[in-house]
Amino acid sequence: MIKYLSPLLVFIVLAGFLAKGLYLNPKEIPSPLIGKKIPDFKLSGLSKESPLVFSDDLLGEPFIINVFASWCGPCLDEHPILIELADTKAIHVFGLNYKDNSSNALNWLEKHGNPYQSIGVDPKGVVAIDFGVYGVPETFLIDSDGFIRFKHVGPLNRETINEIFKILEELPK
Amino acid sequence: MIPEIGNFLLMLALVVAVIQSVFPLVGASRGNFQLMSLAVTSGRLQFILILFSFFCLIYCFLFNDFSVLNVAKNSNSSLPWAYRIAASWGSHEGSMLLWLVMLSGWTFAVSIKSRQLPMEMLSRTIGVMGLISIGFLIFIIFTSNPFDRLLPAAADGADLNPLLQDPGMVIHPPMLYMGYVGCVVPFAFAIAALLGGRLDSTWARWSRPWTTYSWVFLTIGIALGSWWAYYELGWGGWWFWDPVENASFMPWLSATALMHSLAVSEKRGGFKAWTVLLAILTFALSLLGTFLVRSGVITSVHAFASDPARGIYILAFLVLVVGASFSLYAIRAPKVGVGGSFDVISREGALLANNILFLASTAAILLGTLYPLFLDALGLGKISVGPPYFDVIFVSIMTPAIFFMGIGPLAVWKKAEIPDLVFRLKWLMFIAGTAASICMFFAGKWSPLVILGVFLAFWIISSSFLVFFERFKSVSQSTNLTNIGVCRRLPLGFYGMLTAHFGVAVFIIGVTAVGGYEQEKDLKMRIGEGVQVENYIVRLDRFAEIKGPNFDSTVGVFSIFEDGNFIAVLKPEKRFYHVQQMPMTEAAIDSSVTRDLYLSLGEPLQDGSWIVRVYLKPFVGWIWAGAFVMALGGILAASDRRFRKLREEKVREKNLV
Amino acid sequence: MKPRQKRFVLILIASCLLVVASVIVKNVFNDNLVFFYSPTEIVSGDVPQKKKLIRVGGMVVRDSVVRHQDNTTVSFIVSDNVNAIKVHYEGILPDLFREGKGVVAQGKLDQHGDFMASQVLAKHDENYMPPEVADLLERSKDQKILGD
Repeated sequence: MIKYLSPLLVFIVLAGFLAKGLYLNPKEIPSPLIGKKIPDFKLSGLSKESPLVFSDDLLGEPFIINVFASWCGPCLDEHPILIELADTKAIHVFGLNYKDNSSNALNWLEKHGNPYQSIGVDPKGVVAIDFGVYGVPETFLIDSDGFIRFKHVGPLNRETINEIFKILEELPK
Repeated sequence: MIPEIGNFLLMLALVVAVIQSVFPLVGASRGNFQLMSLAVTSGRLQFILILFSFFCLIYCFLFNDFSVLNVAKNSNSSLPWAYRIAASWGSHEGSMLLWLVMLSGWTFAVSIKSRQLPMEMLSRTIGVMGLISIGFLIFIIFTSNPFDRLLPAAADGADLNPLLQDPGMVIHPPMLYMGYVGCVVPFAFAIAALLGGRLDSTWARWSRPWTTYSWVFLTIGIALGSWWAYYELGWGGWWFWDPVENASFMPWLSATALMHSLAVSEKRGGFKAWTVLLAILTFALSLLGTFLVRSGVITSVHAFASDPARGIYILAFLVLVVGASFSLYAIRAPKVGVGGSFDVISREGALLANNILFLASTAAILLGTLYPLFLDALGLGKISVGPPYFDVIFVSIMTPAIFFMGIGPLAVWKKAEIPDLVFRLKWLMFIAGTAASICMFFAGKWSPLVILGVFLAFWIISSSFLVFFERFKSVSQSTNLTNIGVCRRLPLGFYGMLTAHFGVAVFIIGVTAVGGYEQEKDLKMRIGEGVQVENYIVRLDRFAEIKGPNFDSTVGVFSIFEDGNFIAVLKPEKRFYHVQQMPMTEAAIDSSVTRDLYLSLGEPLQDGSWIVRVYLKPFVGWIWAGAFVMALGGILAASDRRFRKLREEKVREKNLV
Repeated sequence: MKPRQKRFVLILIASCLLVVASVIVKNVFNDNLVFFYSPTEIVSGDVPQKKKLIRVGGMVVRDSVVRHQDNTTVSFIVSDNVNAIKVHYEGILPDLFREGKGVVAQGKLDQHGDFMASQVLAKHDENYMPPEVADLLERSKDQKILGD
C-alpha cells in the first residue's frame, strides 16, 4: 500500500524542510571568528581628551563589543536595550564607532544617551574588517581571555541579551 | 465600540464553527439526523457573523478609526474612500479576514445549493469546512487580529502602500481569494466521500461545478494580478515567476488537472483515487501558498509582511490538515477500486497524460520556488532560481500537454481506433502547420519558439473546430433537428470546454507574440524630441505638475503618431506619495487589439531631459483576454443543466437501484 | 492486449514522460541557479565562474551614482561596508533605488571585476544594511513592501 502512502511521505519530508526554514535563525550568520582570539588593535578614543584604547587593556574580564555609527538607523532601534544593559553594570560594554564622524557620534550619544564604558574610533573600518564586521550594528561577546564567544548581526533584542547572559554564566570565572 | 463588536463577532463565529464541525461529523458517523441538521444552520450563521465582522473592519477604515492598529498602519485620512475600503484587505490581518469571509461564503453557498445531497454527505462536507474555519479563526483572533487597538490612537495613518492604490488591486485579492478558498469545496467533498466510503460518479458530479467555479475565480484572480503587475510596476513584465505568483499558480495548475480528472470520474467512473488525491493536493497547495506568502519563509522581490510566529501557526495547521487528509487517503483509497479499464490510446489516456504533465509542471515550479529554502536550510548558501528556469521548464512540459489537449476531445472514451485517430490528426497537423507558416510569412521574422507557439495555438483551434463539427454531425444525423436545434442540443459543458480551450489558444498567441516581437527602448528624451519604434513615433511635448489627494505628480505629455498620423496622447506619471515618502511610476498605455504602446517615466537628469521607457508589445492584451475566455469557458461548463438537475437524477438513480 | 499489459504500457509511458521531464528539469535547473554574493565574497574571488549569472547585494554608496551623459547607462558602487564593487546598468532604475539604501543587482562580472547588471532590484527599507541582514530585519520588523 506504499502507493497510497507516498503522498503522505512526500508531504512529511516537505513539511520538515518548511519547519526547518522557519526555525532557521536567520540572524545567525556564522562567523569564522567564533572561538578565535580577537585581533589586536589600538584605537583612539572618541573625543580628543579620551585615551587610546588597546585590546589588551580590555581583557581580564568578559566584555561586549558593540559596533555602532550615528548614521545607522537600526543602531537607534537597539539603543534603549543597550542603555538598559549598561544600567545593570553587569558587563563592560565597549563601543566600536564605525566609519563615522566623531563629532556626529558625540552628538548622537549626547542626544540618545551613552551606554558605552569605553569607545574606540575606527573611521576607516580597519579594525572592523579584522572582526569580520558585516554591517552595523553588530555585537560580539568576548571572554576574559579574549576569545570571541558570540556574535550577533543586526539590532539587539531582549532575546539576544538573554542569550548573552546565558553564555556569560557558562563561562569559567 | 465597532472594533470590539467585530472582535466579538469573530469569537462568536469561532464557537459556531466548533458546533458546525463537531456535531455534524459526529452525527454523520452515528446516523443521528438531529446532530447532522445543525450543519446547515450553523454554516449559514457563521457566514453572517463573519460577514458582519468584516463590515465592522470596513467601517473602521471608512471612518478613519486610527485607534485601530490595522487602520493606523494601512490607511490615511487623505486616502480616497474607495481605497480606504480596499485597504481593509490590503494588510495581512485584513486579508486573512477576507480569506475567512470567502471560506464561510463558500460554506453558505454549499448549504444553499446542495440541499439535494444526502444528509450524511452534506453534513460531513460542511463539517470539514467548519474545521478549516476553526483553524483560520484561531489564527486571526490570536496572531493577527485586525481589530487590535492602538492606544493612544494615532493622529493619522501611515497610508496604504502606493502600489496598492489602484483599481486592479481593489478587485484582484477578492477574486484570487475566492479561487484559493474555493478549492476547499472539492477538498471537503473529497474528505466527506472518503469518510463515508462513497466514492462514486455522483460524488464527482457534485464536486465538478464547485471545482470549476473556484478554478474560474483563480483564473480571473491570477490574470488580474498579472495585469496589475504589467501596468503598475512600470517594468512592462506580466509574469515574474516570483514566489508570490507561483503560490497562486500552483493551485491553479493542480485545479486544472482536478477538473479534467473529475470529468473522467463522473463520466467513466475512473481515476477515483487519483481524483481524490488531486482534490486534496489542490487545497494543500492553496494552503501552502498562504503559508509561503504569510510566513516570510521565502523572500521575494515582492517581499511581504511576515512574522515567524504566524508562520509556525500556519505550518502547524498545514501539517495537521494535509497530514490528516493524506493519512485518511492512505487508509481509505485502497478500497476505492480502480474503476473502468481503458486503453492507452483513448480519451482517458490523453486526460491522464495531461494530468501527469500538469502535476509535473506543478512539481517543477514547487521545486524552483522552494529550492532556495532547501539550500538555505541545509546551509549551502543563498540563491535564487532565475526566471529562465521556469520559462524553459514550463514551456517544455506544457508543449506535450497542449498537444494532448488537441487529441483528447477527438479520441473516444475507453479505446480509440488508432488509424482513425491518426488520419484525423494528420489533417489537424496540416491545417495548424499551414496556418502557422502563413502567419510567419506575414510576420516577416521568426524564431523556433514563435513557430512552436503559433503552431500550438492553431493546433488547438483547429482541433476544437473539428471536435465541434464531428459532434454536430453525429447529432444531426441521429435526429432531424434544424442546424440551430442541433447547436442547442449540444450540452453547455461541451461549449464550455471548447471555449476554455480556445482561450488557451488566445493566451498562447499573446505570450508568443510578446516573447518574440516585443520592442523595448530606454532612452533620454528632451521636450520636443521624438523616437521611432517600428511605425510609431513617440514625441515628448511637455511636462505638467499635478496634485493628487495624497500625492504629487510629474506628468509627461507624449503625442503618439502611427505611420505619421496622430493617434493618441499618453500621460505617464512619476508620483510621489507624501505619507509613505515613496516614489511611484505610473505607466501610460495605448492599447489596441494587436498591440500595446507602453510608456513609463524613469528619472529626470540634470540637463533637463528624462529617461523614458518605450515598449511596443504586440498582442499583449491577448494574454489576459485568453485568461478571461478560459474563465468564460469555465462558467459555461459549470452552469451546464446537468449539474442543476441533481435532484431528478438522484430520484432516478434510486429507482434504478 | 490484456488489462494487465495495458496497465503496464500506461505506466511505462507515464514513467518515460516523467524521466524526460526530470532530465530537462535537472539540466535547466543547474543553469539557472542564481547565487547570491556579497561584494566581499566577489572581491576575495569566491565567485567560481566569471561568466555565470549571479546576484550581488549591499547598499548603494552615497554620491556614487553616475549617469552617463550620452546614453542611459548608470554606474554606482555597492558596498557591504567592508568591500565595494562597481556596478553598471543600462536602463531605468526601480522607484525604490536610492543612494544609501539596500539594493540587489543581478548580472555578470566582467573581466575588470566590475559587475554588469541586467536587473536591479531595490527594496524599501530604512536601514543601512546589506540586504541579507535587511531581509532578516524586515521579517522581524513587520515591514510591508507589497501586498498581493
